[in-house]
Amino acid sequence: MAIDPLSRVFSALADPIRRDMVARLAVADATVNELAEPYDVTVQAVSKHLKVLQDAGLVSRSREAQRRPVHLEAEVFDLMTKWLERYRRQAEDRYRRLDDVLRSMPDDAEPTSPSQTGESS
Amino acid sequence: MNTTGTHRTDTRETQIVADTEVPLVRIIREFDAPPEKVFRAHTDPALVARWLGPRRHEMRIEHYDCRTGGSYRYLHTSDGNEFWFHGSFHEVRPSELIVQTFTYEGMPDGVALEKMIFEDLGDGRTRLTATSLVDSFADRDAFIASGMEAGVRESYERLDGLLAG
Repeated sequence: MAIDPLSRVFSALADPIRRDMVARLAVADATVNELAEPYDVTVQAVSKHLKVLQDAGLVSRSREAQRRPVHLEAEVFDLMTKWLERYRRQAEDRYRRLDDVLRSMPDDAEPTSPSQTGESS
Repeated sequence: MNTTGTHRTDTRETQIVADTEVPLVRIIREFDAPPEKVFRAHTDPALVARWLGPRRHEMRIEHYDCRTGGSYRYLHTSDGNEFWFHGSFHEVRPSELIVQTFTYEGMPDGVALEKMIFEDLGDGRTRLTATSLVDSFADRDAFIASGMEAGVRESYERLDGLLAG
C-alpha cells in the first residue's frame, strides 16, 4: 500500500500550477492545450502536472474524440475540501468564542512595564 | 483569465494548512487583543473552559496547570458520552509560546505534539499559529476527518481558503 489517498490529494495540490488548474477545472472541463495556455510552460509540463492530478484521482480524461477534455472529479475534491473545511470551521467557532472571552477580559496594565509590585517587598 | 485569488480570505478568519511533507495541521488566526491577553485565555482554566470545549457547558476541567512541566486533563460530554483528554505542558513561555502534548484517552497510544505561537502584531493585535503534529498521515487525516458535526456547505466558494496553503 502506498500513501493514503487523502495525502496524495494534498500533495497533488501542493503545487501552485496544479492548484490553479483545479480551480479552472472547477468552472468547466478543458483540453490540455486550453489548460496550458495561460502558463509559461510547455504542454508537456502541463501533461505531467495532469498526470499527478490524475493519479490522485482528482481529474479524469474522457475518451471523447481527439479533444479528450480534462474533467474535475468533484467527489474526490469535495471529500477533501469537506474534511478540511469542517476542521477549519470548528477551529473558527472555537476562536469566535475566544474572541468573546478576550472582549470580556479587563485590560491589563502594560505587561512590559515594570509591574507595580502592589506590596513593597 | 484569472481564476485564483479572486476573493482573498480575510486574515481574521481562521486559516488552515494541511502540510504535505509532514503529518501536521496548522491553524492561523488573528485576534483583536494583545499577546498577553490571548496567552492568559490559554492558561487560566476558568477562561479556557469558556472557549476550548465544543460548547461552554459541556467542558469540565479536571486540572489545568499551564506551566513548563505541568499537565492538564479535561472532559467533553456530548449526548451522555464522555470524552477525556489529557496532555503535558512541555514548554510554556509567557505571551510567546506553549508546547504541549494532546491525547484522546479513547486512543491512549496516540499523541499529538502541539505548538502555539503568540505573535505580537502591534496595535493590540495577536497572530496565533497553532500546529498539531502526529506520527502518521493516516492519523493526521483521521484527526481532520473526525468528530465534527455541523452542516457543511457544498460550495467551491471556499476554494481560495483551502488552497491558500
